[in-house]
Amino acid sequence: MTQMPSQSQSLTQRLANPARFMELSGRLLPWLSGIAGALIAIALYKVFFVAPADYQQGETVKIMYIHVPAAWLAMMGYGIVAASSFGLLVFRHPLADVSAKAAAPLGAAFTLLALVTGSLWGKPMWGTYWVWDARLTSVLILFFLYMGLIALRNSIEDESAAAKLTAILGLTGVAILPVIKFSVEWWNTLHQPSTGFTQTVDPSMRTPLVISALGFTVLFIAMHMKGMRNEILRRRVKSMTMAAVERAHAKVTEQN
Amino acid sequence: MDLGPHAAFIWLSYGIFAAVLAALTGWLWLDGKRQAQALSDLESRGVKRRSARALDANSNGTV
Repeated sequence: MTQMPSQSQSLTQRLANPARFMELSGRLLPWLSGIAGALIAIALYKVFFVAPADYQQGETVKIMYIHVPAAWLAMMGYGIVAASSFGLLVFRHPLADVSAKAAAPLGAAFTLLALVTGSLWGKPMWGTYWVWDARLTSVLILFFLYMGLIALRNSIEDESAAAKLTAILGLTGVAILPVIKFSVEWWNTLHQPSTGFTQTVDPSMRTPLVISALGFTVLFIAMHMKGMRNEILRRRVKSMTMAAVERAHAKVTEQN
Repeated sequence: MDLGPHAAFIWLSYGIFAAVLAALTGWLWLDGKRQAQALSDLESRGVKRRSARALDANSNGTV
């Protein structure tokens, strides 16, 4: 019999049950995927057919509409890893490690995209693909942190020990986020100061940028949810396989 | 569509972006399929989850 959630339970407590998470995410996933697809399609239409060229950068500014969301999601991904790590170490939330594990490869992919698109934007605008300035270097460190988290987890067979150790590294590494954010203010960098989604961007460019960022954010959430579902299924398969092996072993021992 | 003298950089950026997202989506989809298949194989062999075994035991009055 399934216990009804009491009103005093928080949303995270109610979602702590993997079966309930599977049910809810199964219903949400098609909607999130559809919304992400629609927003990205609208953003692409606006970028290629509506948004004007920049008076200095010309059409190269079109790279901004994917570079800025990628950079934002690289940081958001790490925020999820850090929050999930905190949830595991402090609250022992059953889904916290599942969330951290699912977010790491996604965050790494968006960090790589931020670096690559930034590099391809930098060559025609700055005259170079790469400079060791504070912003670029700190984002590269973020990419290595993601790689470190994935490698550390894969190198430890005991899942519980791997979860705790990656959570400690994940929480320690969160210090990189303010460094990335404020690097353009703290140091003299070739990278421009953050304009992001602020009023300093003309509405003709800000609107497609905001739609693009929203679309890719919803896509990230959908992919994270799918990754968590896959991980829950993987853990079920593992525990059922182990139970089957134990029962077979017990049967053999009994016969002998 | 004329994207000016730096069109190659723009197309390459969007191309790599699309390829990486397509790879991520494909990997997630395939992984989900693989896990669901493994789970259904185990269930068809009569292997049950701990919660299902506990429910069975309760209904049989063995617990």
